[in-house]
Amino acid sequence: MGVVFERPKSLTQQKFHYCPGCHHGIIHRLVAEVLDELGLQDRTIAIASVGCSVFAYDYFDVDAIQAAHGRAPAVATGVKRSRPESIVFTYQGDGDLASIGAAEIIHAAARGENITVIFVNNAIYGMTGGQMAPTTLVGQETTTSPQGRNPKNAGYPIRMSEMLATLPGASYIARTSVHDPKHVRETKKAIKEAFQVQVEGKGFSLVEVLSACPTNWHMTPVESLEWIKNEMIAYYPLGKFKSAEEAK
Amino acid sequence: MAKVSFREELCKGCELCKQACPKGIIEMGSHINAMGYHPAQVTDMSKCIGCAFCAWMCPDVVITVEKEGKA
Repeated sequence: MGVVFERPKSLTQQKFHYCPGCHHGIIHRLVAEVLDELGLQDRTIAIASVGCSVFAYDYFDVDAIQAAHGRAPAVATGVKRSRPESIVFTYQGDGDLASIGAAEIIHAAARGENITVIFVNNAIYGMTGGQMAPTTLVGQETTTSPQGRNPKNAGYPIRMSEMLATLPGASYIARTSVHDPKHVRETKKAIKEAFQVQVEGKGFSLVEVLSACPTNWHMTPVESLEWIKNEMIAYYPLGKFKSAEEAK
Repeated sequence: MAKVSFREELCKGCELCKQACPKGIIEMGSHINAMGYHPAQVTDMSKCIGCAFCAWMCPDVVITVEKEGKA
C-alpha cells in the first residue's frame, strides 16, 4: 500500500500545544505541505507573531524569527529586502494583525512588499483569554463584551481582506475557511497560490483563514465548525479579492 | 483496500476526524492517552476507502493514510 497522507517534512516532530479542535494545527500543516510541494523549505524564513501561534517557530522546520506584537510584516520586510532570495512569510492571528499590527500590515501591503502573510481569523483574542478582537462579530459574547459586541460602543468588525484589497500594492488577497475537508483543500490551494506569487516576485500576498477557537467560543470543536459556516462566513464572505493576474 | 493509522499519543480527542469520516467508522476509544484524552480509533478498517478526510481535518497531524494502488 502507498501512503496518501502523512506528516509534511516542513513540520517538526514537536507536539502542538494548541487546545483540542483548534484550527491552528490544520493551517500550520497546510503551510508546511505547500512548502514541501513547492520545494521551498530550505530557503524559507518564518516570522512568528504574538498570540496562540507565538511558538510557530517550534513547529515549522524552517528558520524563524519571533516578532514583537503586530510587527511581523515590518520584520518580514527587513528580512526579505536583505535576503531577496529567501521566501518570507508571517503567521499572524486577528488580534495581532487587525489590532495592534493594523498599521504594519496596511503599509506592508501598500508598499507591495514581496512577502506572504497567513492571517488566521478566529474572531477573538485566544491566548489572553477570549477578549473582544477587532474581528469579533456583532452580538458575539466575549469576556470583554459579555452582553455581546455592541456596535454602539465597540464599532463593527473589520473585514481586513476587503480593506487590503483596495490597495494597489497588494497582489494576492484571498479569504478561505477550514470548517470541512472541501474548504481545507481550497485553503491549501490559496496558500499555494500566495507562495507562488512571492516566488514569481509579484508582490504582497495574504490568505485570511477563518478558523475556530472552541475554548474561547465555549463550544465543542464540532459545534465550532457550524458556527464558522453559519455565522462567520455570513459576515466574512469567502473568495479571492485580488489575484496576481490583476496586479500590475 | 485502505488503512489509516493514528499516532495516539498526539490525539486530543476533538472528534473533527469522526465528524469528517463519510463511512462513520471513527469512534473515540474508551481508554485515555497520556494527555488524558480519549483518542480516535477506527472501528472497522475494512470499510475505510482511504479518502483521507479525517487526516485533512485533524488539527494535530495524528493520522497517516495508506491506500492500495498508490505509489
